Amino acid sequence: MLFSLTSALIPHVPRLDAAAERCAHCGLSLPERGAIDSEGKRFCCNGCSAVYAAIQGAGLGAFYDGRALEGRDGVPARPSGRRFAELDDPELARTFEHHPDGSVSAVLQLEGVHCAACVWLVESLPRVVAGVREARLDFGRATATIRWSPSEIALSAIALSLDRLGYTPHALGRGSFEQRADRGLLVRLGVAGAIAGNVMLMSLALYSGAASDVSFATYFRWGSFVLALPSVVYCAGLFYRGAWAALRTRTPNMDLPISIGISAGFVSGAVNTLRGSGEVFFDTITTLIFLLLVGRWLGQRQQRRAALAADLALALAPSMARVVEGSERRDARADGVRAGALVEVLPGERIPVDGRIETGDSAVDARLLTGESTPLEVKAGDRVYAGTENLAGTLRIRAEHSGGETRVAKLVAAMERAQRERAPIVRVADRIAGHFVVAVLALAALTLAVWWRVDPALAVDHAIALLVVTCPCALGMATPLAVSVALGRAARRGILVRGGEVLEALARPARFVFDKTGTLTAGRPELVEWTGSDELGRRVSAAERGCDHPLARAFQRAFPAHDELVAESVERLTGAGLRATVEGRRLVVGTEELLTSVGVDIPDDVLARTRAHATLGLTPVLVAEEGRVAIAAFGDTLRADAAPALDELAKYATSMSVLSGDHPLVVERVCRDLPLVSARGGASPEGKLSEIASRVRSGERVVMVGDGVNDAAAMSAASVGIAVHGGAEASLLAAGVFSTEPGVWPVLEAVRGARLTLRAIHRGLAFSLGYNLVGVVLAMAGVLSPLAAAILMPLSSLTVVTSALRSRAFAVPAVRPPIGVSR
Amino acid sequence: LTIIFLVLPIAVAISAAAVLAFVWSTKSGQLDDLETPPLRMLRDETPLTDREHRNAKAPRRRGRR
Repeated sequence: MLFSLTSALIPHVPRLDAAAERCAHCGLSLPERGAIDSEGKRFCCNGCSAVYAAIQGAGLGAFYDGRALEGRDGVPARPSGRRFAELDDPELARTFEHHPDGSVSAVLQLEGVHCAACVWLVESLPRVVAGVREARLDFGRATATIRWSPSEIALSAIALSLDRLGYTPHALGRGSFEQRADRGLLVRLGVAGAIAGNVMLMSLALYSGAASDVSFATYFRWGSFVLALPSVVYCAGLFYRGAWAALRTRTPNMDLPISIGISAGFVSGAVNTLRGSGEVFFDTITTLIFLLLVGRWLGQRQQRRAALAADLALALAPSMARVVEGSERRDARADGVRAGALVEVLPGERIPVDGRIETGDSAVDARLLTGESTPLEVKAGDRVYAGTENLAGTLRIRAEHSGGETRVAKLVAAMERAQRERAPIVRVADRIAGHFVVAVLALAALTLAVWWRVDPALAVDHAIALLVVTCPCALGMATPLAVSVALGRAARRGILVRGGEVLEALARPARFVFDKTGTLTAGRPELVEWTGSDELGRRVSAAERGCDHPLARAFQRAFPAHDELVAESVERLTGAGLRATVEGRRLVVGTEELLTSVGVDIPDDVLARTRAHATLGLTPVLVAEEGRVAIAAFGDTLRADAAPALDELAKYATSMSVLSGDHPLVVERVCRDLPLVSARGGASPEGKLSEIASRVRSGERVVMVGDGVNDAAAMSAASVGIAVHGGAEASLLAAGVFSTEPGVWPVLEAVRGARLTLRAIHRGLAFSLGYNLVGVVLAMAGVLSPLAAAILMPLSSLTVVTSALRSRAFAVPAVRPPIGVSR
Repeated sequence: LTIIFLVLPIAVAISAAAVLAFVWSTKSGQLDDLETPPLRMLRDETPLTDREHRNAKAPRRRGRR
């Protein structure tokens, strides 16, 4: 069968059929080339198959029963296959909690937590891993607290088990500071709520006529004064701090009018209580404080989630290195490796230092660092960088730089610098807060002046009433509520947003700049053309079984080998080729040079075709069998959802372009049919940063979408950085938005959701300003009683809450094309 | 209606007790995670094996994470 080049460039689209056609692990629909296990269970990918085997092997098959109840879509599992040696670092161990019985607790951030069954599976860890005492999963934050006995098991071994079950762990500190802040706010909220309720009861007595009896009226006034005192002094303390900061830095925020309203109302209420006459607004003020704290708390709770995900320890370059001294090997901290030391790196490990290869040849995956999709073949004398992954053979590397001197560390430093230098986003609410304060103070002065001629005492009362009724309760809630609703829903959809200001920035039209490798594409080679027969394909696949080379793996994905096909006399040839006998036929697989060197005659048309591939940025591999030569061409291909997502995104973007570190030819081939203004390849990470930074400096709004360290610096320089799934931890630190799902579609969803959120914010602000206007008119007319204020204020808050909850941001799952789960 | 002079402080004292209970539960970490416990109870516990029993006998963690 001859794959046509163009149709094969678009990855296959999985069929959406009955339940039988779904992956036995994650429940997603099966792609054409899935994995299949010995029992005939079908999986969407090898990752899911491996996790399924691990879960069944540990006797935790009940996981799948619980999942069936849930009726929720899963996520394809992808064990990272990392070794987690960095978790055994003694420096890190010092941050763990040590218990008196010798056990140790640590908090790990887990990828892939998505349903109730995950809670059960993770918490079943003590049953299957000896030495683990307890595992508690915090579902909302996707963090697991593991308590284990270090004398029985190392944390890296526990991490390995979690990884095999499909939850890739990352080390996390204890985060006690944030926890204390969260609890502190909750206590304030609780106290304020109790006080508001009680004060309101007393005010109710006053409103209903208790004031006719002087002793009752005095009693209730004093009672509510005493109760309101802790609320105004303690619970509302954070508003005064915010207002003070706003005054000092001359950047007005909502805390300023809030503090003015609360203190004006409280002081006048206190004076009137002492005098025993006049109006008191204690009920309005305490309710105000309570509602404002509710808004604050909701906002903070949703933001934590994204902050935690971004807080992942930087595990790019491994923290440990295997140093070779004479015939000895010892483990040393990677940042302590001296220049000139010899470091050994096994296949599948990340390289811990920058250096030159002394012995060994292999392929190195540098896509994290440079964005190049094709693994680089390396041999003795070649330079390799920390953070890249050694794919094929054992390497011995002469170290040149380590720790903070490595290229990856310098990139991370550049990213942090770019982040510090970026101008903060001014939020809508804070922008109007300045005008709001001025307007309210002017109106209060006007009221005072006009009523002064009638009666000075009355003038003060009316001015105070105006200050209290305009205290922007609803205004202060409009933004946090709309944002918190949006962030919560977005998180449930796998889109983590760092904060409301990011969402607001994302809602405005901007230039979108995409990284290619790993963002628009899956970031690994796929078979895009095969000129041989299916039978030959399966034979080649059988011959390549057990081979770790990325091209061999891509071939095996395309042609899952059957067990009955066994390759005999397999002979690996240098230069990533092999010779084998399958079904009695002799096969040679390798490059053009390799085949020629073993005496294969390559026909001219095949040669011409391989040349054509090279100009398209594809990697051709030749297969010779009994005199016939077939071509397998490999290349980085677009994700299934890339083109439709970009077509939609074009409606919101001022322009879209691609800035890739990959070879210009590859970029051109892949991005040909996308609606882009430009597609540039060959951009170094430093080049990306300077391009984005100069655009931002010239006043353009730029959204950078990427996944690797090579994008991290550019992402932190951009107005908004979006990191897509599979990205490196550094890109999470740089990004304002992080998608836990692969593909470009989440980017579109984030932009749409951000626009709806901004609309909800505007709607809430309009409502609350409308109510304030009514209050101002009443107060200036001198007809605003405390009762009217007490009714008007919660009413406006209720409107704003309803409006925020009715926002459709991130609510309706957008019709999305199925993701090509091809792995 | 002078009883109100007595009843009101009592009412306030009761709500103060409730607030103290709330503060205690917050500080001891019971309200840190409001999502997982309702999910946790959905699954039946299977009896522990001997080895797991030994593992689980270690002192329970205090109420902090």
